[in-house]
Amino acid sequence: MRMFTFAKRCANEILRDPLNLMFGLGFPIVLLLLLSAIQANVPVKLFEIESLTPGITVFGLSFLTLFSATLIAKDRESSLLQRLYTTPLKSSDYILGYMLPIIPIAIAQSAMCYLIAIALGLPITINIIYAILMIVPIAVFYVALGLLCGSVFNVKQVGGICGALLTNLSAWLSGVWFDLELVGSTFGKIANVLPFVHAVELERAMIKGNFPESLPHIYPVLGYAIVIMVGAILLFLGQAKKQ
Amino acid sequence: MEAINTINLTKKYKDLVAVDQLNLQIEQGELFSLLGVNGAGKTTTIKMLSCLTKPTSGDAFVGGASVVRDELNVKRVIGVSPQETAVAPNLSVKENLELMCGIHGFSKKKHQAKIKELSEQFNLYDILSKKAGKLSGGWQRRVSIAMALISEPSILFLDEPTLGLDVIARSELWDIIRALKGKVTIILTTHYMEEAEALSDRIGIMKSGKLLVIGTANKLMEMTATDKFENAFISIVKEARI
Repeated sequence: MRMFTFAKRCANEILRDPLNLMFGLGFPIVLLLLLSAIQANVPVKLFEIESLTPGITVFGLSFLTLFSATLIAKDRESSLLQRLYTTPLKSSDYILGYMLPIIPIAIAQSAMCYLIAIALGLPITINIIYAILMIVPIAVFYVALGLLCGSVFNVKQVGGICGALLTNLSAWLSGVWFDLELVGSTFGKIANVLPFVHAVELERAMIKGNFPESLPHIYPVLGYAIVIMVGAILLFLGQAKKQ
Repeated sequence: MEAINTINLTKKYKDLVAVDQLNLQIEQGELFSLLGVNGAGKTTTIKMLSCLTKPTSGDAFVGGASVVRDELNVKRVIGVSPQETAVAPNLSVKENLELMCGIHGFSKKKHQAKIKELSEQFNLYDILSKKAGKLSGGWQRRVSIAMALISEPSILFLDEPTLGLDVIARSELWDIIRALKGKVTIILTTHYMEEAEALSDRIGIMKSGKLLVIGTANKLMEMTATDKFENAFISIVKEARI
């Protein structure tokens, strides 16, 4: 019950910030519309709606890292967390309270992208539901990354690292905007070691309904989600102890 | 009965001794001020007493519970208003109060009763629906103290409650603190001499982690043969050989 009270507060803090709504929801939709317009004039296979939408939904999740990291860093700086540490809330209440409300936001963000994509010509199939559901483990990775960054960095650093660096890395290394092999095999190898391209390919496989194709991608995503989650919990508890 | 009893309470950060063998007893219902220059150890003391920082050695009993071995029971009897305002900025004042009610596991009925009681006590009715982050510093402090009182603590820690406030806001906050006197034990840290003098039953002066003296403002002035409390403070701190 205490955790849900805290989670509700975290959801309200995020959803009431107009910048969050603009970047979290508005920006992915604008990208989807813009790239579809380009595709209509200059056809590129990568920007076909079946290929583009899964990429945009995953790219949109990088903003959730920014939201969760900013919220935690702000709570640390404003001493709200310090106040809460003197209450009967347990460590698990904080961690779940920060993470849980962002998962429905991720699902809503991805559902909105797919709805727009349907309007732009994406065929309506059951695969859209699978793709939206498969957003959950990917979102866990991004949200855990937010918990990790928010536990380590201050608000200004979070803005730079999650707002600029992570969103760019997430974009360049995901294969959404360009074919990774075009940059060279080393770039492709680096991208394949990281989870971003696997998250996009996982979503693309879901939308195609090609489940066997999704298997090589689901393991790296789950692996990164687990490792980052464990790291985030340890760092969060570490900073709580420092307080 | 003592609300707080510390026994050789010590906090070290590597080579720095932030609080050095503090022995302090604070009676129930007392308003006790910890005074000192920057780095004296006031905030570290409050952090140890409110279970935010573990002591390196020694112990403290808050409401009879040990801060080392019985954190949960300490947390049941304390309320803390930290140095920063520590409010949720995008929530309304009412939602901030509700957040604290929920975290303390109050029933819906008790939620409403507590919010009504604190709104009257702190004159919050006109700002209940306003976002806490949009309030002035003085009002944010008011809300911060109200949030600390939600759990009906018997011991309240106020860390620099009037820091950065203008004269009027400070005077209004003093009235609020005066109104709480006797109802709860208050431990207040401050830089302001006049604040400590005006509000406290007793004052403890710290320097470099050590508690130099304890007494009423009058007693400390008498001790240093000064007619102003500020001069007494300066004399005590300057003459201390640490």
